[in-house]
Amino acid sequence: MAADHTADYEVPFYARAVVALPVALFAWLCTLVPAISRGEVVSWSVAWLPQRGVEFGFFVDGLSLLFALLITGIGSFILLYAGEYMHSAPHVGRFTVFLVGFMLSMLGLVLSDNLIALFVFWELTAITSFLLIGYSHEDAAARRSALQGLLVTGAGALAMLAGFVLLGSAYGTYSLSEMLANPGGLGADPRYLPILLLVLAGAFTKSAQFPFHFWLPNAMAAPTPVSAYLHSATMVKAGVLLLARTRPILGGTEVWAETLSIVGAVTAVYAAAVALTKSDLKQVLAYTTVMALGVCVLFLGLPVVGDGPPLGVIAAVTFVFVHALYKAALFMVAGTIDHAAGTRNIRLLGGLRKKMPYSSLAAALAALSMAGVPPFLGFVGKELLYSSALESSAWGFAVTAVFAANALIVTAAVLVATAPFAGDPGATPCEPHEGHWPFWIGSLALGGTALLAGLFPGPLYEHLLLPAVAAAAGQQPHYEVALWHGFNLPLALSACTLVGGCVVYRYRATALVALSGLMARLPLTGDRAYDALMAGIARGSVGLTRVMQCGVQRRYLLIVFSTMGVALGVTVWLKGLVPLPLQLPRASFVDWTLAAVIVASAFVTITAKSRLLAICALGVVGAATALVFLRFSAPDVAMAQFMVETLIVVIVAMVLLKLPSFRGEVRPTGLGRLRDGLISTAVGGAVALVLLAVTADPPQAQLSEYFNANSVPYGHGRNVVNVILVDFRALDTLGEITVLAIASVAAYTLVARHPRRRLRSGSRGAGIVRKPSAGGKGAQA
Amino acid sequence: MNTLILREATRLLVTLILMFSVFMLLRGHDQPGGGFIGGLIASIAFCLFMFVSDAADVRRLLRAEPAAVGGVGLGLAIAAGFIGLVADRSPFLTSKWLDVGGIALGTPLLFDVGVYLVVIGAVLTFVLGIKEQ
Repeated sequence: MAADHTADYEVPFYARAVVALPVALFAWLCTLVPAISRGEVVSWSVAWLPQRGVEFGFFVDGLSLLFALLITGIGSFILLYAGEYMHSAPHVGRFTVFLVGFMLSMLGLVLSDNLIALFVFWELTAITSFLLIGYSHEDAAARRSALQGLLVTGAGALAMLAGFVLLGSAYGTYSLSEMLANPGGLGADPRYLPILLLVLAGAFTKSAQFPFHFWLPNAMAAPTPVSAYLHSATMVKAGVLLLARTRPILGGTEVWAETLSIVGAVTAVYAAAVALTKSDLKQVLAYTTVMALGVCVLFLGLPVVGDGPPLGVIAAVTFVFVHALYKAALFMVAGTIDHAAGTRNIRLLGGLRKKMPYSSLAAALAALSMAGVPPFLGFVGKELLYSSALESSAWGFAVTAVFAANALIVTAAVLVATAPFAGDPGATPCEPHEGHWPFWIGSLALGGTALLAGLFPGPLYEHLLLPAVAAAAGQQPHYEVALWHGFNLPLALSACTLVGGCVVYRYRATALVALSGLMARLPLTGDRAYDALMAGIARGSVGLTRVMQCGVQRRYLLIVFSTMGVALGVTVWLKGLVPLPLQLPRASFVDWTLAAVIVASAFVTITAKSRLLAICALGVVGAATALVFLRFSAPDVAMAQFMVETLIVVIVAMVLLKLPSFRGEVRPTGLGRLRDGLISTAVGGAVALVLLAVTADPPQAQLSEYFNANSVPYGHGRNVVNVILVDFRALDTLGEITVLAIASVAAYTLVARHPRRRLRSGSRGAGIVRKPSAGGKGAQA
Repeated sequence: MNTLILREATRLLVTLILMFSVFMLLRGHDQPGGGFIGGLIASIAFCLFMFVSDAADVRRLLRAEPAAVGGVGLGLAIAAGFIGLVADRSPFLTSKWLDVGGIALGTPLLFDVGVYLVVIGAVLTFVLGIKEQ
């Protein structure tokens, strides 16, 4: 992103104009605040799949309003910032579309009332995230990170969908608002544990909880506006939102409390420690994001003690808000530094305070909030963390985890705020300078909000945060928040945290060595496990492809027919459908003659010395079969069969004229021929048995009665077969002719002499056939 | 294969077979026949013509890319499905009928014409592809 700083550049008009969208949405959402803070719920819906209870429903309560405001508010600044940041990048239009697409998907996610719609939006955010991480698609690392993020969150989302379906079947509805109206509806349902685990899998992968955290730091391959928006402030909070959303429904059990607090605590402490070992500003910020998500998960897990206010939820919701403000600001500052100085390595940066005054002010504001220094909102958040940790039943565990994570975060905050700005100018690739106003206005505004909100927390809590807590806790919290709570234990802990963080910062060189040693000794990180898994899948599919796609037509047929024979035979056997004893059917002389013709022609086919004779004999088999259809009064089928047989003979004859004769071809002999004979007999026998078994029962008369009775009145046709084809079951026919059309084009690309010239885009598939390992290479790269 | 008799007979036969294929298509709703069979018959007519001439002549006779013929057919079939949807919001592919002088004309006929064209397009795409090898 090292741009030419002296040259004046033009930001495309649309990149500026698009900012109006989130601003308008933000303003509209603000008008909902008074109603929502009174405890009302705004909702509207459109029937989508009414037969399955799937609605395109949205509802705004405190929780979704908080998230929606964050998405549109921060989104406004991000879009403004991105226009500047990406001004010289290729495909700015595409980038803007992806970013706006993400914003709308994320809004859909937080506002969805229906679980299935929520899942769809959830996946849409994953796809837009994939496109944005992989924006620099010529960079192999970016491609890998994009795929990794998509696969990890996608796998979690599939588990979550299964959980949703179970939840929906347990409740009899997919509507979240209906579930929330009846939070105890699950009762002692045996499906509770599977539902919980599946939903948690979705939330933990999306919100980068240990051991699925690794995709998030890798996602920093995305341009910085994306990291600021998706991978710190909004998308990764979707998992936290889901947990907060489902807490009234799934929470309150020991499994919930233990899983969430342990996973959250491990994630928070681990990520905070790793953050210190990184020298890339964005990596530091990414790991502190993982830490923040861990803290949110931990506090959503803490059980409410007695009748007191749900302190854990208040702390988690506060922390979501606090973190979104300071982290988006810090990311934008990091991007500005990268843009201006050409690097974001904190070992190279220094002394930017004078050259980038607004950015350094913004960074200072945000970092003070991150460290939890009074009077910033971060301080309020930290006090809440400590007081709720102290009140929980497992207070020793919770306080230790929060203290450790917070102290390390203080260190990270000091690091991020001082290393690039204080001291002597560093050896940066470019001469740093302050960017245009869109570069710093957003981070300054967010940092300022953190200060203002800390000074006057009352209105913020009354109108925004406590309604959100009410939605997540399932009860109206009665809680007076204040900046100053007097001298008490949480205050002492806060002070200790600040001191501890600064001590770690002072001795960070020693800490770094110890931490790095510890990290190197970890036997298996998530990232390495992911690589091993992907390589394993690639190896497995290469092996499978080698076996299945060997390129020898004879072996393909062998595989297909043996599979078919075994599958049919085993089914007939297991279902006890063998119609024993076999009875000689009563048939006329003509039928027997036809059967004899078929058998004789089949014999000629397999013993023929020339291909042409074999094809003609096969044609006779088909024609005789068509006559059988005709005798059993199915003239349509018989006619179609005749035509198809004719065309097959024509086509095969045409192919044969182009092929060399049997000379030089290796035909199976001895054992090979025996094997082929056995397989053919098995398939033929199995098909015959299935036909006998099917026709043994009297046919179900309902369908044919219905069609016969309604063909003329509804279908205006006396040929029932045709009426079924084009009217009663036209959808099937539509599917069939679609397949036919696609198959013919696909076959054409294979047989035509110059497929590339004639069908320019349709010929790429051929490469896949020739190189079965192409997919594997891509995944390993 | 390319004899004088076959060549001269083909002129007549191709016309007759094509007319017959349309006849089969139209009578299909009441008698054996229909779009699928009609399409196969028409394809055979074109194959016959291909035997006495070459692929370029067949393309000229067809006046369009075979794949495009199939595409138009598919489009007709889908469009037939939307008519009911647009007319009175009945589900996709619900048939709608119009009485024209005692003959019931309906969307299934349009659908069947689509099937007819898809079959011709598919067969000829493939056959011409082989022929032009």
